[in-house]
Amino acid sequence: MLLKGRTWRFGDDIDTDAIIPARYLNTTDPEELAGHCMEDADRDFVKKINSGDIIVAGKNFGCGSSREHAPIAIKAAGISCVIAKSFARIFFRNSFNMGLPILECAEASEEIKEGDEVEIDLGKGEIRDLTGGKTFFARPVPPFMQSLVEAGGLMEWVKRAR
Amino acid sequence: MAMTITEKILAAHTGRDEVSPGELIQADVDIALGNDITAPIAINEFRKAGAKKVFDRDKIALIPDHFTPNKDIKSAEHSKVLRDFAREHRITNYFEDGEVGVEHALLPEQGIVLPGDLIIGADSHTCTYGALGAFSTGVGSTDLAAAMITGKAWFKVPETIKFIFSGKLNKWVSGKDLILFTIGKIGVDGALYRSMEFSGETIENLSMESRLALCNMAIEAGAKNGIIVPDDVTRAYVEKRAKRPFKFYKSDEDAGYTDIIEFDTKTIEPQVAFPHLPENTRNISDVGDISIDQVVIGSCTNGRMEDLRVAAGILKGNKVAPYVRLIIIPATPAIYRAAMEEGLFKIFLDSKAIISPPTCGPCLGGHMGILAAGERAVSTTNRNFVGRMGHPESEVYLSNPAVAAASAVKGRIASPEEVMTR
Ligand code: SF4
Repeated sequence: MLLKGRTWRFGDDIDTDAIIPARYLNTTDPEELAGHCMEDADRDFVKKINSGDIIVAGKNFGCGSSREHAPIAIKAAGISCVIAKSFARIFFRNSFNMGLPILECAEASEEIKEGDEVEIDLGKGEIRDLTGGKTFFARPVPPFMQSLVEAGGLMEWVKRAR
Repeated sequence: MAMTITEKILAAHTGRDEVSPGELIQADVDIALGNDITAPIAINEFRKAGAKKVFDRDKIALIPDHFTPNKDIKSAEHSKVLRDFAREHRITNYFEDGEVGVEHALLPEQGIVLPGDLIIGADSHTCTYGALGAFSTGVGSTDLAAAMITGKAWFKVPETIKFIFSGKLNKWVSGKDLILFTIGKIGVDGALYRSMEFSGETIENLSMESRLALCNMAIEAGAKNGIIVPDDVTRAYVEKRAKRPFKFYKSDEDAGYTDIIEFDTKTIEPQVAFPHLPENTRNISDVGDISIDQVVIGSCTNGRMEDLRVAAGILKGNKVAPYVRLIIIPATPAIYRAAMEEGLFKIFLDSKAIISPPTCGPCLGGHMGILAAGERAVSTTNRNFVGRMGHPESEVYLSNPAVAAASAVKGRIASPEEVMTR
């Protein structure tokens, strides 16, 4: 699976309240959530981005609550992938369970600049910075989690397993 | 093979003699928990998957605590999704307003979660129940949906960091301060993906309420779970509550840890975490002059009887400072009643505090005490992220209930000593 888009950079410890503030958790509608994506980290984020764009962040992205609204909001806003130095663990499993691709890669997190054109080969974990002219390799996704992604998320996997 | 308590519980629920860190396992779940924010998504997924029956109606807990009593039409509709589902599937552990309390205070109190259990909750602070010697961890709504159907969840067996606390606690220091201190030392990702095992003589002498507050914030260090090997304190707490058998596990002497970190409590003062991360901790004596607009005493961290008693001890005979609001939220109806019967309500009301019904309320910026731009709060809750309690330009300082109560009286962040020695 190939993804391509421009990057938006965020720092360390971006928490779920920044990704989708709790004041909007009285809805589960992806479109409505998408409208507030990253609002408390960058007020104009949703207005600026294009479909397919990529978030590049520092360590511990998605720390805080277990709200699945966070990966839902990011995915529904049109972000195709999040690259970070590390992810908070519940955000990590939620993203796989929802089918939002995320990649852990310290070098990419440090070296990719905002606005770079980036192409990602998910199967290989290959991140190509077309603007910066460099290629990075993310930590491989364990086979079980690949099977989750292949099935289209945890619920599809459960349906097949039953 | 030598194992930690976490590994033993995971192995037992996978039907194996042993598991080791890094392994992916599918384990049986004793309790699967959801609340009024996370369960509606899970119920929707449950229906979309075409499921007709839950795996076990006794092993699911649906707790409408976040926006209840419902703050608006949308949240009322979410609560209704829980209620309708609970009725349709005759879910044993559903609590209606009037019986409901903050989930992580309610489940231990009602004996729904027990030592040796494997618990998942679609709420990050599910790690609280580690205080009972259970493996419990926060997951997403989709994990909850899958567990409600299959009774199973997938995990990567975590590595464990062992924390050993020694020494007697200084005055006004509680479990909350131990965990804030620890997060201040290791950072908000200091235990990422890993298990935090708390041990040592300090922990052995800690009350169950303080242990619950301690394990509650393991997630604030990025941990998968926090856990304390059960002992007599645990037994005394669960024996009168349990309605089913439970099991005590303990770590082997030679179990493998990725790290062993020792703290002497001699130097640990009451802690205050500054905005906007729980790791920004300072000793109370290093806080300086910070004026405040609101104080919240409550939540799954510090809304229990011990917390309310400590606060009452400081508020007795004192008044909340002018232009400051003090909101006290007993975490469950049983705590609410006990506080009333013990005469704490009179002390609270005399001091000009507001007593809220049990709810998460302002902890997550939901309702019942939202901050305006530029306002500052001292709160006994567990998160001080940007906008956590209201406007993105408001600030939250985390503390224990004694510091919170003293701060309400002084109108600035204050040490309990300042109020108690006049
Ligand atoms: S009291 Fe706060 S932290 Fe605890 S469950 Fe409620 S919202 Fe979450």
